Amino acid sequence: MNYLTQPAKVYSFYRNGFRRMTLGRSLWKIIVIKLVIMFAILKVFIFPNFLKTNFSTDEARADHVIHELTNQQSSLENIE
Amino acid sequence: MVEAIDLGMVNWARALFALTAMYHWIFVPLTLGLSWIIAFYETIYYRTGDESWSRLTKFWMKLFGINFAIGVATGIILEFEFGTNWSNYSWMVGDIFGAPLAIEGIAAFFLESTFFAVMFFGWDRVSKKFHLVSTYMVAIGSNLSALWILVANAWMQHPVGMEFNPDTARFEMVDIMEVILSPIAVSKFTHTTSSSFVMASLFVISVSAWYLLKQRHQLLAKRSIVVAATFGIIASLFVGVSGDEAAYEDAQHQPMKLAAFEGHFVGADPSGLVAMGIVNTSKKPGDDQQSFHLELKIPGMLSLLAQRTTIGFVPGINDLVYGNEVEGIMGAQQKIPLGKIAVKSLADYKAAKKVGDQVKADRALKTFREHEPYFGYGFLEKPEDAVPPVGVMFYSFHIMVLLAGLFVTIFAAFLFFVYKGNIEKMKWLLLIGVPMFFLGIAAQEAGWVVAEVGRQPWAIQDMLPVSIARTNLDTGTVAATFFMFVALFTVLLIAEVKIMLTQIKKGPEEEK
Repeated sequence: MNYLTQPAKVYSFYRNGFRRMTLGRSLWKIIVIKLVIMFAILKVFIFPNFLKTNFSTDEARADHVIHELTNQQSSLENIE
Repeated sequence: MVEAIDLGMVNWARALFALTAMYHWIFVPLTLGLSWIIAFYETIYYRTGDESWSRLTKFWMKLFGINFAIGVATGIILEFEFGTNWSNYSWMVGDIFGAPLAIEGIAAFFLESTFFAVMFFGWDRVSKKFHLVSTYMVAIGSNLSALWILVANAWMQHPVGMEFNPDTARFEMVDIMEVILSPIAVSKFTHTTSSSFVMASLFVISVSAWYLLKQRHQLLAKRSIVVAATFGIIASLFVGVSGDEAAYEDAQHQPMKLAAFEGHFVGADPSGLVAMGIVNTSKKPGDDQQSFHLELKIPGMLSLLAQRTTIGFVPGINDLVYGNEVEGIMGAQQKIPLGKIAVKSLADYKAAKKVGDQVKADRALKTFREHEPYFGYGFLEKPEDAVPPVGVMFYSFHIMVLLAGLFVTIFAAFLFFVYKGNIEKMKWLLLIGVPMFFLGIAAQEAGWVVAEVGRQPWAIQDMLPVSIARTNLDTGTVAATFFMFVALFTVLLIAEVKIMLTQIKKGPEEEK
């Protein structure tokens, strides 16, 4: 295998490693299923980023948060 | 209006976050600790050339891989939750969390994708030395990953090295070293990692004890115990020292947390430490009820823990809620009006900026800066809201400490009988040893409760309560998500336990 270049050696290392896996195959399946569930389902349908979805600019997001912060008090009117 | 905030949503969002974090935290400590234990086993193999140590290393590496595969990426769900359920918080801390989490992501990706592959694929394909180095790099990389997220968490407990920008509504980092080297960050990292080492040692003890009970793989079990119990004892010492430091830092920066986990309502000089007790859960700040139905107190110990002297004053919950003029302690009662001025001046600043009145804006900003340290208190309705749940805190803290003491004893007993050469005859000890890992998980989760529930009502200590950090979402949606995740995590946990038990029953590969 001396004729192989360094990137080819690395590729071969990973390829053979994956091919020889036994338990690892099941674990990789679990990892891939989990990542698909997370990014294709959870991220899209369950956990949209509220500020990114509802506001198009950072300025609008900042204004929304400031509004949230400064409109929470019932007693603000009494403050001098 | 505070009254209009849907506290139901906040609590469901908190429950969902707690569920995700506590599920995630079953796997992380095991990864952090087991990576080192594997490295130690492999070091012995490297030095002795004894193939049985190689088989032992590969066996524990396999269990490490299962744990890693099931646990990996569950932390990402926490980041999703930030964006959906905690959008105000997420926006405000983006600049602080961005750098540590980016470093974590990059470091984890490069270290784990390269050295992790060598660790699992590299047996007989790279030199023994390079393989050993890779195993250590996985251990270092995993623990460094934990550093950054713990730095970010420590910042929430003690926000330093930042400045609030009223134009962008974000906390901006002004001194990254102050954030990284914050005393809370240092004690949190040492305490969390060392307790993870203890939990991983308990895992090895539990599995090995089971093998000895079943009279299988006895050499592997005994050798595993020697390393794990030694590592466990050393790690336990660090847990004790770093835990003491964490309590001291709490006393300096989060005195309410310390008072809550000790059920310490009335400040005193000196203050005693409640070693054991039954909390009076109907006790409220300022009332005349006893804090405990039953208590065993060690005189002066709480002062020693909090002030490093047995005669120091330790403020109680009442002092921190209503203030104590004699001791110069400002309570939440005094901070709330100042916080409301801070919030009002922020509103005035934004209004003045909007209409282009720079003079008014400057004046409002000056007022805001003067009252900024009390900003978060402006969102509290009443001073008593600054108190975390005392019963939960007290029992979580004391269970954690009690278990930590038990673990050292267990490690010492296992080590003693292994060296004595009759561990396999000590059935009583082996029976105690098998469930120890589950108690290790319990101690870890109790520690998480102390750290995170103890910070309540704050998302960011003194700056942002959870009721404001949240997104204004429908309660039903968040509640439904919670139950969906209960189901998802249960399935994943069953999968892990099943795969793990199958591999444990199978044991290490047979001698060729």
